[in-house]
Amino acid sequence: MALVCVHGPLRKLAGGCAELQIGGATVEELLRGLEHEHPAVTGWILDERGTVRRHINVFVNGERVDQRTAVAATDRVEVLPAITGGT
Amino acid sequence: MTELLLGTKKGLFVLEGEPDSAFDVTARAFPGEPIDFAMRDPGSGRVISTSTSPFYGPKIWFADEPGGEWTQAEGVALPEGGEHALERIWVIVPGDGGALYAGGDPGVLFESRDGGATWELNRPLWEHRVSEDWQPGGGGLCLHSIVPWPGEPDKLAIAVSAAGVWLTDDHGETWRRGNRGIRPRYLPDDAPEDTFQLCVHRMERARRDPERMFIQFHGGVYRSDDAGGSWTAIGDGLPSDFGFPLALDPADPDSAYVIPLTGDFDRVTPDGHVRVYETRDAGATWTPRGDGLPAEQAYLTVLRRAFGQAGEGEGLQLYFGATSGDVFGSGDAGGSWFEVASRLPPVFSVTATA
Repeated sequence: MALVCVHGPLRKLAGGCAELQIGGATVEELLRGLEHEHPAVTGWILDERGTVRRHINVFVNGERVDQRTAVAATDRVEVLPAITGGT
Repeated sequence: MTELLLGTKKGLFVLEGEPDSAFDVTARAFPGEPIDFAMRDPGSGRVISTSTSPFYGPKIWFADEPGGEWTQAEGVALPEGGEHALERIWVIVPGDGGALYAGGDPGVLFESRDGGATWELNRPLWEHRVSEDWQPGGGGLCLHSIVPWPGEPDKLAIAVSAAGVWLTDDHGETWRRGNRGIRPRYLPDDAPEDTFQLCVHRMERARRDPERMFIQFHGGVYRSDDAGGSWTAIGDGLPSDFGFPLALDPADPDSAYVIPLTGDFDRVTPDGHVRVYETRDAGATWTPRGDGLPAEQAYLTVLRRAFGQAGEGEGLQLYFGATSGDVFGSGDAGGSWFEVASRLPPVFSVTATA
């Protein structure tokens, strides 16, 4: 299971946890797993189309990736608001 | 005491005061978040707010008081796995029998029967949206106006920029267009007569005459005397018939207030002079109401939902906010105006409760 790290309001929605062990073979599967374990997260990272929201960035081991990226059990996955979203 | 709920680019602001002098900011919620709309539900007394986080998407929230704990509403989403995502919730309107309606982008209508805690998408209207060529306006494909009828819970009118007016008599099971008489100047003269690429900016219904409605259009002000079936242009006499907001005096079905902007090419108050225009004869004549408003070097933009009201008749209170962060009010139906607040973030919406 990969280590998923969430920040800001996502932390409260994830039951107050900043780091969660989630199973899944890709970033998208991890995010779906996060929604399954913490339904309050639903709609905050992935939209109705199943797409990571435009101003959310996902990093695997420090590298920005897209949601199709494969993830290993030892990986660290960070979900962060992007600087592009601020005005 | 009057309470104003201001949706701004940087949070929800609650202002309180008497309708003759500056108001105090008594609460602020969602600091830093764009708040598109906020209202106090007359049924439940709750405050309901809509936000569009650039990061986390559009949400509806509710609370007993704006300074208290906010809860995210459920069901505010489009069907999963489709081609569309919800972009924004533009407005929430109380309906008959405790219902609440929410309109948003991309041209969607939601209904709540529990005071805003849970919402359900109106699927028949959504099917129109998906199967037809609905074009967005500059603000997106926004369903921004919702008009219920008192005592007729199955009847509803909605307006979409830019997909025109839609009417239902069976509680949203079927919808028909209500655009006859609207003449868009931004389409070619030989555009189809039945085009529904119509950029309505705001629509309201007269409380004392259920058949009487008004529209501020993208170039044009219109009146309907048949519950939205057909429309008559009434913009003559205005310095410009382009604008966004619209307000009515609930006591007078012949009344309407608009805030003209120079035009779609220059969306500011004409000649740096801020004036509200009032009709009391259903649009036959218009009277400028600017006593107390900036008369020079004031180039304001007032957005479609940034014009609110409370009360009626001679005591009608009117409030509008601009993208400059200035808010103005009148406690005497527009006869005189005062500065409610200034130096706020850009104002997206204004609602008032007296």
